[in-house]
Amino acid sequence: MQLYDMPDARGHFGQFGGTFVAETLVEALDELRMMYEKYRHDPVFLAEFAHDLKHFVGRPSPVYHAKRWSDKVGGAQIYLKREDLNHTGAHKINNTVGQALLAKRMGKPRVIAETGAGQHGVATATIAARMGLECVVYMGSEDIKRQAPNVFRMKLLGATVVPVESGSKTLKDALNEAMRDWVTNVHNTFYIIGTVAGPHPYPMMVRDFQAVVGVEAKIQMQEMVGRQPDAVVACVGGGSNAMGIFYPYIDVPNVRLIGVEAAGHGLETGMHAAPLTTNSPVGVLHGNRTYLMQDADGNIIETHSVSAGLDYPGVGPEHAWLKDIKRAEYVGITDDEAMAAFHGLCRTEGIIPALESSHALAHAEKMAKTMRKDEIILVNLSGRGDKDINTVAKLANITL
Amino acid sequence: MSRIQTTFAALKQQGKTALIPYITAGDPHPKHTVNLLHTLVANGADMIELGVPFSDPMADGPVIQRASERALVHKVGLTAVLEMVKTFRLSNQTTPIILMGYANPIEAIGPKAFADRAKAADVDGVITVDYPPEECGEFVQELRSRDIDPIFLLSPTTEPKRVDLIVSQASGFVYYVSLKGVTGAANLDIVEVSARVAAIRKKTSLPVGVGFGIRDAATAKATAAIADAVVVGSRMVQVIEASTDDNLLDNVAALMTELKTAVDAATKSI
Repeated sequence: MQLYDMPDARGHFGQFGGTFVAETLVEALDELRMMYEKYRHDPVFLAEFAHDLKHFVGRPSPVYHAKRWSDKVGGAQIYLKREDLNHTGAHKINNTVGQALLAKRMGKPRVIAETGAGQHGVATATIAARMGLECVVYMGSEDIKRQAPNVFRMKLLGATVVPVESGSKTLKDALNEAMRDWVTNVHNTFYIIGTVAGPHPYPMMVRDFQAVVGVEAKIQMQEMVGRQPDAVVACVGGGSNAMGIFYPYIDVPNVRLIGVEAAGHGLETGMHAAPLTTNSPVGVLHGNRTYLMQDADGNIIETHSVSAGLDYPGVGPEHAWLKDIKRAEYVGITDDEAMAAFHGLCRTEGIIPALESSHALAHAEKMAKTMRKDEIILVNLSGRGDKDINTVAKLANITL
Repeated sequence: MSRIQTTFAALKQQGKTALIPYITAGDPHPKHTVNLLHTLVANGADMIELGVPFSDPMADGPVIQRASERALVHKVGLTAVLEMVKTFRLSNQTTPIILMGYANPIEAIGPKAFADRAKAADVDGVITVDYPPEECGEFVQELRSRDIDPIFLLSPTTEPKRVDLIVSQASGFVYYVSLKGVTGAANLDIVEVSARVAAIRKKTSLPVGVGFGIRDAATAKATAAIADAVVVGSRMVQVIEASTDDNLLDNVAALMTELKTAVDAATKSI
């Protein structure tokens, strides 16, 4: 069997990926690519990364058998990879630790980031505080409203949060603004991209830093049940938590990989953020070629999801590739289905999941019902839901 | 020879520098665009950069972002822009039109189909901000086989080795972005720009245009002394933004006159 070896030297996953940026950024990306090539297999760098993941992030995160919930659903056994238990409450911190270590080695005193739900912004502000780096986070003004607790956390950590008022005022516009900052301050600034999108080497580098999730899960599943799961399920916005848990499983036969996109109000309404599930056209945005929600003129259309972290019109290029080669499957879960799964996990397992992760949970629930009791689904529980309490209270008509 | 090459050749004979204003198609309203193009020509534009509105203009500052947003309110996309060029060509067959925009609207049509339609509209050159030469070989071939010039940007951070690669793909002219940052950012450092342009000239015989940071007569004149073309974008769009339907063409004509006088007054040091 041929081992999976993607991307190519210039960051292409088949027709996807690449480096579609303005000329001013080419040299910065070349420098980043060379530095990452230098350190990605460097034992000292990797040891430092592993040390921080263990002592600062709290890894390994456990795998947990959600037995009561599995029994209630009735069908396959559902296991959860508990990324919600990481420091700062999501998988995002894994990647920011890696990129910040690289920024240090490159002598960049200033880091910038874009954020949607605020988890990547918090993770960046956290590691910047720990390493003594100046930190500026771009966040759409719409997202600032719906994720107020995370905005406050970033400020406590010493970061400057810049509201982005252009376009749809959400994640994609925050990314545009961060790119503009980077073009202007490229000499002293490291751009910490939070997902497996952007120009090469970001999709590969973020995947590599997040792959610790899948590497641990493989060992933990073997220890717990003596085999690997029948399916691995993860939510996909840009796709970093999904790539992190999928990647070590790509070469493992008989493990289905299922990415869950936000179907919003329903795929048929057009108000969603599911470019893969709906077979959106291929295009170029934010430095890479991928499936993109767009109109006939190639302008990006507004997306909708109850979860800010999935509210993105594109998807990481490696997911586009995995869909095309049929190694992974992609499905949509609506706002309502995600909310139901959110409440279900809260009540039966005592775990408050992030709304993003609740999409993966909802699909696992659907699948489990069609499977035998001795079959196993592993869900990447990518984050905890404390940040979402205001959104949930509003939707469920609960007075706080 | 392409229309762009002919224009540069004629200016060179007269010892002049080209003045290239930029406007975003459809800004402030699609009904004005063709009139604006004619006004620019009547007041000294040697060529025109016509911006294709895009929802996510990552390399542009707030001024040109707002121009894109104003145009998109009226659904002015690439197809509509090509129609505007066709209409302009009914009464002007001499002034080169260069489309400037982002990759995705071209991807949506497809590189070959776009090249066909651009040729049919009589477009002369295309600048695609986020198509570096490594990613657009096929597109460049489609353009060049139709005598449309693919125009590339060079930046202060472009390594000498990349300059070689870029000039090997480019035709018409190369466009030196005079500062790091987005369009409409701070003023330019003419001494540094001068040194960079001289270095580029050692590697190519293509004309060198300079843009980003040229906002008034003084900067236009200083740039004209060292460049083959002076591009004025954000300042032009600011004047359009501040105008009403009634004084729009007059205000644009006034700015063009100021810039043209300055560019023509420059003493060429090349």
